[in-house]
Amino acid sequence: MNLFDLTIHELREKLEKREITSVQLTKCYLDRIKEVDEKTKAYVTVCGEYALNRAKEIDEKYAKGEKLGPLAGIPIAIKDNICTKGIKTTCSSKMLENFIPPYNATVIEKLNAEDAIILGKLNMDEFAMGASNERSAFFKTKNPWNLNKVPGGSSGGSASCVGANLATATLGSDTGGSIRQPASFCGVVGLKPTYGRVSRYGLVAFASSLDQIGPLTKDVTDSAIMLNAISGKDNMDTTSANVEVKDYTKALINDVKGLKIGVPKEYMGEGISEDVKDAINKAIEVYKSLGATVEECSIPVTKYALPAYYIISGAEASSNLGRFDGIRYGYRTKNYSTLSDIYRNSRSEGFGEEVKRRILTGTYVLSSGYYDAYYKKAQKVRTKVINEYKEMFEKYDVILTPVSPTTAYDLNSKVNNPVEMYLADICTVSVNIAGVPAISVPCGFGKDNMPIGMQLIGKHFDEETILRAAYTYEQNTNWHTMKADI
Amino acid sequence: MDYEVVIGLEVHAELATKTKIYCGCSTEFGGDPNTHCCPVCTGMPGALPVLNKKVVEYAVKAGLAMNCEIARDSKQDRKNYFYPDLPKAYQISQFDMPLCENGHVEIEVDGQKKNIGITRIHIEEDAGKLNHDQYGGGALVDLNRACVPLIEIVSEPDIRSAEEAKAYVEKLKSILEYLEVSDCKMQEGSLRADVNLSIRKKGETKFGTRTETKNLNSFRSIVRAIEFEIERQIEAVENGEEIYQETRRWDDDRGIGYAMRTKENADDYRYFPEPDLSLIKLSEDYINNLKDNLPEMPDSRKARYVSELGLPEYDATIITASKKMADFFEGALTVCSNAKSISNWLMGDFTRLLGEKEMEIENVPFSAQDLGELVNLIDSGKISSAIAKKVFEEMFESGKQPKVIVEEKGLVQISDEGAIKEIVLKVLENNPQSIADFKAGKDKALGFLVGQAMKESRGKANPQMLNKMFLEELNK
Repeated sequence: MNLFDLTIHELREKLEKREITSVQLTKCYLDRIKEVDEKTKAYVTVCGEYALNRAKEIDEKYAKGEKLGPLAGIPIAIKDNICTKGIKTTCSSKMLENFIPPYNATVIEKLNAEDAIILGKLNMDEFAMGASNERSAFFKTKNPWNLNKVPGGSSGGSASCVGANLATATLGSDTGGSIRQPASFCGVVGLKPTYGRVSRYGLVAFASSLDQIGPLTKDVTDSAIMLNAISGKDNMDTTSANVEVKDYTKALINDVKGLKIGVPKEYMGEGISEDVKDAINKAIEVYKSLGATVEECSIPVTKYALPAYYIISGAEASSNLGRFDGIRYGYRTKNYSTLSDIYRNSRSEGFGEEVKRRILTGTYVLSSGYYDAYYKKAQKVRTKVINEYKEMFEKYDVILTPVSPTTAYDLNSKVNNPVEMYLADICTVSVNIAGVPAISVPCGFGKDNMPIGMQLIGKHFDEETILRAAYTYEQNTNWHTMKADI
Repeated sequence: MDYEVVIGLEVHAELATKTKIYCGCSTEFGGDPNTHCCPVCTGMPGALPVLNKKVVEYAVKAGLAMNCEIARDSKQDRKNYFYPDLPKAYQISQFDMPLCENGHVEIEVDGQKKNIGITRIHIEEDAGKLNHDQYGGGALVDLNRACVPLIEIVSEPDIRSAEEAKAYVEKLKSILEYLEVSDCKMQEGSLRADVNLSIRKKGETKFGTRTETKNLNSFRSIVRAIEFEIERQIEAVENGEEIYQETRRWDDDRGIGYAMRTKENADDYRYFPEPDLSLIKLSEDYINNLKDNLPEMPDSRKARYVSELGLPEYDATIITASKKMADFFEGALTVCSNAKSISNWLMGDFTRLLGEKEMEIENVPFSAQDLGELVNLIDSGKISSAIAKKVFEEMFESGKQPKVIVEEKGLVQISDEGAIKEIVLKVLENNPQSIADFKAGKDKALGFLVGQAMKESRGKANPQMLNKMFLEELNK
């Protein structure tokens, strides 16, 4: 057994008993990164020296017998769109290639307060726009289960990293599926909390009304531990909610008797691969056998959620990314003689193709004359989606769907077909549109031997129920114990 | 041909909150460049705005004082455009759900009262400042002012002349000062106006094409820019030229306005609701509480000065135009009951000396009570009005109390009968011709003699007593 195979809760016990030290654990990860990351390429920045110094400090605390938090001494890696003071935060973009934030995101402050160790920063689709990690301006991260396959995206680095045991847990961000889909592709657990559960302060904004930070972990218990650490009202983020934060580890109960699960037929029909359908149907059987009631249901407006998502997220992105103008920080063109040259050339040269596509569509849908037809209509769809979910949750405790219509696909196979890639977000985007929480849990493998994930969706601020359902499934299956051979 | 001028104003006023609208940085004017800054107001990636509640309070107070309806639900929006002084490439403002709507203020021009409608008042953040030409023709960005709170007060197109525009801005300034929600320091740019102006033939009901002259930051430039633009538009129409809808700049040094860009090519600001901020929801209690605690407004003070203190309407208007002036007036009244005389001093020498010394009222070196004491010294016959003028100038110089100045310089009025008689007799002896003139019926001779006596006493003789005694002697 290797230390890097272990979960947060297993490692934390060993640290507490002083069977291992945090320095030892950190070194073990740094060695493994040296060996494996060349193949998977999850890390944009590894901060080895910083991590080892932190590990020493924390070992001293352990030695003194201080009472330490559940993450004390645990090496964690961070998606590169979450600001880390003094550590480059690039958003995998040429635009921010050398950007060092002067402040920490609230989630980083919280991890630091818990004495977690930050190992480094993880690759992603540029500015979180993409679903395969092929949109990184630097390099393409690979899937640890098959290096010819994509890890998913945009938090592809975060998922690949956990899947390849290059950190105990990671943070990602999810705007339309960016935590859940790569988690599913890489066979790990990915949680998108309720919008407002976790502070967005310091998360470089893609679509402000949809973005949410969440953990990617080896199992559901670790997901609950991570959620405990990062949740809560933040005075720096008006959209963070003043809703009581529970101890989510208390929700980890191996029992789903009487739990009512709805399976929307819209997510099990055309376009969903047979492998995925099979795996989901088997998971449904597991739940039934454990005493849950599972029923087919319908969320008809869901087919409009996808276009609404691309309109709203594009609109917000076009505005959020305006600040990257070459004036105060970030990339500035060398080729300019006027102010508008600086703007035009810095942005033309600094942003990648997909980012430019989203900025252009977003600018278009907000333009006068088009606003009502696109943006306003999309907001109406959003209200409908919220209402349909509300109705569903009057009948069901949890909604179960696939995460992605397929398993991870080959690198370079879809990159030239953006619309096809957008369509693959069908199962995940409505969750962000509605603002509800959802978790992706490994539930099988395709004929290609690539992992499949199922999505459990819960009510606003009811992460407990989906964690309980996911935990029970995990305790009664063994998918989470299967590891990529790398 | 007779033309009617149609003007609407957009007035921006900086709110006097201690901290910025969306972060905790200081709003203080000045300071080394980029020292009142943080990740939020410099638009760092990932930073988020948090609304300063004081800004809402100040804006609602302004709305209430300008007779607006206050929105229970109000929204903030992003106005997107690129400029180096705008760190996020959008300004957080309010688009279709402003805090205050449908108000009015009353103005008075040449004795004619008139209501000017207020379309809306909304809150927004200021931009930074570009410092040009310091380094080889480039520009450096100073973000100290970025994120400083503003209200924009938009009027209806109810204004018909430069005088009305001036009276309207003066009225807004005085209301904001009375509320203590803005310093209204025009020279620091904390109050500035954009003028929308069109002309039409008298009797016409349709509006003409309007132009917008931006960023006028003194009453003088507002008046001159309007007069210039009226003349320009009339001339254009008379010459059969078309008026273009355009944004214009005013060059105060050269006294000319010029087109900056036409509206057709203007930016599309792509307003949309600010997703980082929730709706501003105000309760009845909140609004009523602010309404009940509004300070006395200029119009009400003015009415009180007329009815209770017997000040002429003209005096009351001038004294109450500025809260600081009115407060000074009331300060003087605490030690002196001669309201009219205090008012005369304030409108006359006080205002003149402020102007000459380019001084603000709060920097005057003596207190309001000292002015009251000065008036008391005159009223009790201790000093003459002529002496008082000298004392007053000395007060502006040294800040000393009037009594102290009078004593130090020996300026007490001579009211002793013996001393007065001595002067009178001496003057009569030296001016036999005047005595003859007086006896021949020339009343003017008396004035001449009193003048000579004042000269003789270096202004200190009591003029009433001189008058009386000259008459006694001449009629003997």
